[in-house]
Amino acid sequence: MKRYAYFPGCSLEKMAQSYHHSAIATMRVLGVELEEIEDWNCCGATAYFHVDELLAYTLCARNLAMAEKQNLDVVAPCSGCYKNLYFTRAHLQHEPDLADHINFALEEDKLHYSGTSAVRHLIEVFVQDVGLDAVKSKVTHPLKDLRVAPYYGCQILRPRKDHEDVEQAQYFEDLMTAIGAAPVDFPLKLRCCSGSLVLTNRKAALSLVRNLLESAGAAGAQVIATACPLCQVNLECYQNQVNQEFGTDLHMPVMYFTQLVGLAFGLQPKPLGIGTELVSTKPIVCHARQDSA
Amino acid sequence: MTDKPTFRAEIGNLLYAAGGNPLDACMQCGTCSGACPVSGFMDNTPRRIIAMINAGLKERVLASNTYWYCASCYQCTVRCPRGIDITGLMYGLKRYSIWNRQPKEGMIGPVFSETFVKMITRTGRSYEPVLAKSYIFTYGLPEMLQEARMGTTLMLKGRLPMLPARIKRLDNFRRMLRRIIPLGEL
Repeated sequence: MKRYAYFPGCSLEKMAQSYHHSAIATMRVLGVELEEIEDWNCCGATAYFHVDELLAYTLCARNLAMAEKQNLDVVAPCSGCYKNLYFTRAHLQHEPDLADHINFALEEDKLHYSGTSAVRHLIEVFVQDVGLDAVKSKVTHPLKDLRVAPYYGCQILRPRKDHEDVEQAQYFEDLMTAIGAAPVDFPLKLRCCSGSLVLTNRKAALSLVRNLLESAGAAGAQVIATACPLCQVNLECYQNQVNQEFGTDLHMPVMYFTQLVGLAFGLQPKPLGIGTELVSTKPIVCHARQDSA
Repeated sequence: MTDKPTFRAEIGNLLYAAGGNPLDACMQCGTCSGACPVSGFMDNTPRRIIAMINAGLKERVLASNTYWYCASCYQCTVRCPRGIDITGLMYGLKRYSIWNRQPKEGMIGPVFSETFVKMITRTGRSYEPVLAKSYIFTYGLPEMLQEARMGTTLMLKGRLPMLPARIKRLDNFRRMLRRIIPLGEL
């Protein structure tokens, strides 16, 4: 059984519990064990980097050092956490002086960072580490003809890592195809959800969210699939406020990709955290169940 | 006595630490402003901000809302044909304005960021209700009610925590942070 050091991040503790539960459940079906990093701390989000870079790297390094003690690679389901952990490791590899300084601070918690644990996003584990054939082999209830808008958002792909193609990503679509769904051509799939601007610049944020929802709707999507808790909350929970602000009538379900994978694996909706949304996902669950009938 | 570095050099040094090419590599093509999903809400677009820094217009740059409206999506950075890390520049300007205690008046961004940092140094974890006070009072009544209604619904659905989480080895954690920055009374 393949194992990873699991960094859930603060959002998955409550706001995005459904992502946490569906991640664990679907990974288990695929024979992957996610072992939560003991006593992990916040990754620093974007706010820490606004105030002090060194402090932000130290926060991430503490988590990476604990994963090293588990002797495992790290997996993060939240794109923000993933970006911070990934680039902290990349940065410390090129700056040994910085790593020394941070290790001096880590001594206070009897930890040492050496960079041996790689950092993966949860969706990369599905697509690259486990592989689409293995995913396909576990599908018992293909989401036939379900029109899904695969929403990458920002921090999975950006900033660029090595020579990765940041403009024409296709793996999210491929994963949706593997579970029987029909990914739509979603022109804004790489566009920002507005991140924390939803709190610090409401006007701009609601406008961005509206554009994304309307674009997915125009592409014929029945549901938006996300791989990030911030994207999910911004697109789903603020839909009502978008409708009030712009006089629109949007009701677009927004689900974690792991919830859709779970439905295709024949798992029950409740253990996948389905039912805690503000925009009903009933039509999607019915669609998934119909196919099995 | 040696000369103080110019504003342009100070910002350039921040970028040097962040990697990417220096700001004088900018050819003012505007790809960053075109790629930015928020540029329509900024008083100066990213392209203009770079030109203003290169022209040494320190006060006008710092009085701009541009960098606090950056959502950190990195679309400008990956598309810049001259390899400038423009998102890194926006982060640099945020830090510069906080260090120099001169962020633009009425911005929620700096208050939010500082509240967030204090929260993490106290508990090691994020807790949404603590953050709310940094922005909710800047809202008008209708927005405040919308936000309160959403918060209540989320709480009923079990998606908002009643109590803040905290890490176990908090003492070690705080001593660790003290080796990086002075925490003062935090």
